[in-house]
Amino acid sequence: MNLAVNNTSLFLAAFLVLVALAISLWQQLGLDRDIVIGVVRAVIQLFVVGYVLKYIFRVNHFWLTLAMIMFIVFNAAWNAKKRGAGIDHALPISFVAIFVSTGVTLSVLVLSGAIKFIPSQMIPISGMIASNAMVAIGLAYRSLKTQFHDQRQGVLERLALGAGLMDASIAIVREAIRTGMAPTIDSAKTVGLVSLPGMMSGLIFAGVDPVRAIKYQIMVTFMLMSATSLGAIIACYLAYRNFYNAQKQLK
Amino acid sequence: MTTLMRLHHVNYQVGDKLILNDINLTVPAQAQLTVTGPSGGGKSTLLRVMAGMISKTSGDLQFEGQPIESYEPTAYRRQVSYCFQQPTLFGQTVADNLAFPYQIRKLPMDQRHVEAALEYVGLSANLLTEAIDDLSGGERQRVALIRNILFLPKILLLDEVTAGLDADNKAIIHRWLTHLNRDRQVTTIMITHDAEEIQAAQQLVRVTDGQLEVPA
Repeated sequence: MNLAVNNTSLFLAAFLVLVALAISLWQQLGLDRDIVIGVVRAVIQLFVVGYVLKYIFRVNHFWLTLAMIMFIVFNAAWNAKKRGAGIDHALPISFVAIFVSTGVTLSVLVLSGAIKFIPSQMIPISGMIASNAMVAIGLAYRSLKTQFHDQRQGVLERLALGAGLMDASIAIVREAIRTGMAPTIDSAKTVGLVSLPGMMSGLIFAGVDPVRAIKYQIMVTFMLMSATSLGAIIACYLAYRNFYNAQKQLK
Repeated sequence: MTTLMRLHHVNYQVGDKLILNDINLTVPAQAQLTVTGPSGGGKSTLLRVMAGMISKTSGDLQFEGQPIESYEPTAYRRQVSYCFQQPTLFGQTVADNLAFPYQIRKLPMDQRHVEAALEYVGLSANLLTEAIDDLSGGERQRVALIRNILFLPKILLLDEVTAGLDADNKAIIHRWLTHLNRDRQVTTIMITHDAEEIQAAQQLVRVTDGQLEVPA
């Protein structure tokens, strides 16, 4: 192991926060309070997570691992819901979408032998999948809301012609799914050229041969494709009906 | 003559504001009704309520003797079809628009029927491949209107569909609406501000401040 972060070096690195604080004060950005709160929260959250994970990895218990995954999925759904403000039932919809996309993707990874069902592998991978699905769903929600607003007239005309809700919304739903998936596809195209992504960087940092590290990154690329597409499609198909009332009128 | 649609004490309210106030109207089958009145008086709201695009707040609206609530909304709108004043065309080409009524019925587009409909409103079949952005205002409106009648509705609700069109386009649309009414038994209810259209009206009603009156 060639990692050398100890408490002293962390303490010294904390001076980097002062750079952000100084810029905020100097440019009167009014962010100083948020910076302090953000940093304190990050430190506390990460310490707690560090100890919790250490415990979970040590006991290596099936149900405890599953509970931790559910906790991650729920938090991701809660965050995606915020992007879906104004869409009815955004929390249960987000939960179902993230649960299914994470569940399917994890199952394929475990059954194919890419990862083992042990907490030190399942939990970080679940976090990556759920957070990417969360971002995709959040983008898809925003796209649904913008389009239903901007294309209101077109939707009304389709309804007036006797279109069902699916036929009236399909163009909007497809565009929202595309919007949700776009960042994953874009980053897949530039992976390794623009940035060395987290999984690969982490392994290289820990001293793993880069040729071995990229294999994990390739796996991550595959799994994020499935997670974001499943998450976005499920969320959009469950959410679009909420833009209409029971009389199939646009709200 | 049989009654096709009947409104009885119909109100439509948004917040405290009464947009439609105690509307009573009987529409016989194959009627040609013209609706006029000042802007903001409630004409469009009345047609949208009739079309099931918005729901009345109170009162009774019957279509073919049954309350509107008893119909499945999509099926109802295929019978009582609403045409917008400034329609949006879908997709890229004219064909995308005229295929839509077939698409929602899970049917392949009937090319001959579509071409005949285009011809009837003075448009060439070649227009099918035309990009919608290249159409004139009159062509756009005619393409939009054809969408509503490829499968004939019982009632066609027309919201100032001739507004802003030149005399030639108006004449084409008038002739076509008369044909639909006389030969195809389609009841038409048309909103207009046009003096000539009001003059030519068979049955005229005026909507002012949400109230309906029949001019003497």
